Amino acid sequence: MNAARLRARLLAAAFALATLGAVELAFAVDNTPQFSDPVLQARYYGLTHELRCMQCQSEALADSNVGLAADLRMEVHKLIESGKSDAEIRDYMVARYSEFILLRPRMSLRNLWLWAAPGLLLIAGIVVALRVLRRRARLPIGEEPVGDDPVS
Amino acid sequence: MKRFLLPLGAFALLVVVLLVGLRHAPEREAKFVKSPLIGKPAPQFTLPQLVDPAQTFDSGSLRGGWHLVNIWATWCVTCREEHEVLLQIKQEGRVPIVGLDWKDEDAAAISWLSQLGNPYQVVLADRKGEVAIDFGVYLAPESFLIDPQGVVVEKQYGAMTVEDWRSKFLPHLTAPAKAGA
Repeated sequence: MNAARLRARLLAAAFALATLGAVELAFAVDNTPQFSDPVLQARYYGLTHELRCMQCQSEALADSNVGLAADLRMEVHKLIESGKSDAEIRDYMVARYSEFILLRPRMSLRNLWLWAAPGLLLIAGIVVALRVLRRRARLPIGEEPVGDDPVS
Repeated sequence: MKRFLLPLGAFALLVVVLLVGLRHAPEREAKFVKSPLIGKPAPQFTLPQLVDPAQTFDSGSLRGGWHLVNIWATWCVTCREEHEVLLQIKQEGRVPIVGLDWKDEDAAAISWLSQLGNPYQVVLADRKGEVAIDFGVYLAPESFLIDPQGVVVEKQYGAMTVEDWRSKFLPHLTAPAKAGA
């Protein structure tokens, strides 16, 4: 019993260490100095994770060790330090690197259909389902539908 | 027949949507869509000159004439391929080329120019890459054609080729109405 508990504790400790190690590795890429203010550091963390590393395939600034990504992280750091808001920093990057730098695209007329599509598809599905159910409800009990019933 | 109409229509719509999506894939857009800087004033900067760092160059001196700003570096392999084309453009003599040496070592850049020839009117050393960020550079080499009012008119991602120079850039320089405006 005791041995089992010890083993479990050791396992938990090893797991915690491994997790810490992974976190450490994840941060090793970023050499930009940290903010002493945790609020600013959190904003920095957020921004560098939602801006694209332009030279990489679908990688955030925060995760890339490409030289330009390091420069842009430093730029984000400086902009935060100079009192710019998150929106201003996003605009700053878009003005230079186009919308492509935003990993999370902004809603615009061009991509509005994409945002609306799930809702529209759901409505279409409900309409079809209701029509099928209504048709089936009209049938006498025990009789299977024939002909152009898509469910059959 | 009628029962197939709706699914077929839906399928056709899906195909159209996916084709449009493919055409506008961000990976393509990033390379081929116009830079957000086009039609806007070129970024302002002051940088030291590569050969004589005591001398600085201000972006204000880009006004009053056409300029081709070319971002390059000795660590950039494609820049070496492009170099020959830049020398040709210099030979043509239609527009002075301003070189922006991006995050480079001065000595390496100077020996590159003495070995391969210098197509630039002036070379500026952007050692920290800050001006390159203002130009939205990420794919060296890049070239920007700037008109006499200091507005970015055309941009090349990657190496300048003779074809692109003739088809995309030269027409701006040979249109007298625009140049005189």
